[in-house]
Amino acid sequence: MIALLKKDTLSKESKNILSYVPSAIFPAIIFPAIFLDTSGVLFLESNPKIIAASIAIMIGYFTKNIIATIFSGLLSYWVLIFLFGY
Amino acid sequence: MNNRINIFLEGMLDISPLLIPVVPFGIIFGVIGMELGLGPYITCAASIIICGGASQIVLLQLFSGGASSLVILSSVGAVNSRHLLYGAVLSEYLSSLNIFWKIILSYLNYDQAFAVSYNYFKKNKKKNNFHYHLLGSGIFLWFIWQLSTLTGVILGPIIPEELGLSFAIPLTFLAILVNELQKFKNVLVMLLSGIVATVGYNIVPFKAYIIVAALSGLLFAVFLTNINQKKK
Repeated sequence: MIALLKKDTLSKESKNILSYVPSAIFPAIIFPAIFLDTSGVLFLESNPKIIAASIAIMIGYFTKNIIATIFSGLLSYWVLIFLFGY
Repeated sequence: MNNRINIFLEGMLDISPLLIPVVPFGIIFGVIGMELGLGPYITCAASIIICGGASQIVLLQLFSGGASSLVILSSVGAVNSRHLLYGAVLSEYLSSLNIFWKIILSYLNYDQAFAVSYNYFKKNKKKNNFHYHLLGSGIFLWFIWQLSTLTGVILGPIIPEELGLSFAIPLTFLAILVNELQKFKNVLVMLLSGIVATVGYNIVPFKAYIIVAALSGLLFAVFLTNINQKKK
């Protein structure tokens, strides 16, 4: 890409839209992984992943730390399935 | 020569704090790769060839869902598209280098390497050999990434499946997105994309739900940005 582009090939509008790419792509992976069970059926009640993910989001929002977010989510998930039998 | 080594080392130094989360990320990739049955060679090869955390995780997700190669390639490509932006931004500084440099630096241009080196370029573009900074930051990250993946591959068979480590996949992306949650328009795009993906998961053939959802999200983003301009 660097090899092909000269300075102003990508317009300001394109750069602006490209900035939305993570917001457009990652939820496409996140949502089904959390809200659908292994057979692809919508699974909303007592879904440990929804709870764990919510905790992770809150931790992430306040700590702004990626590793803390991931691990708090995993830990919550384990607590929920092993201790609370979800 | 001294000057180039110094700038190279400065690149390594600047990226080092950002490498701390890369280690567990690489390990997770290695472990899940093994868990999904990809085997040690393919898992490590993925880290060498693709060398992009998020894209590799997408690869795993789609592979485990049984998506076709075309869908996997397009989805991985879509996740990687942010590098178009990086390339466009860096071309301002690197356009005078020869083609070999451009190819090498493009390969080494990972998210974190881009972040620290772009910063350096902005402040130091008058110096000779400033591009060595990206060489340093990129190579350092490359090594850490390969080592972490390998560690995950070795540890993989030891980790029990009940842990549901694959949940780390959506969690990682969630963690990356958390920073964007403060922008309202981004949140709207996220919601649309997520809903389309969830609904499309069972409906869209060839497991192309990621692409359909991502495109819907982007179209929505275009729409949202245009509303703003019309108001002005």
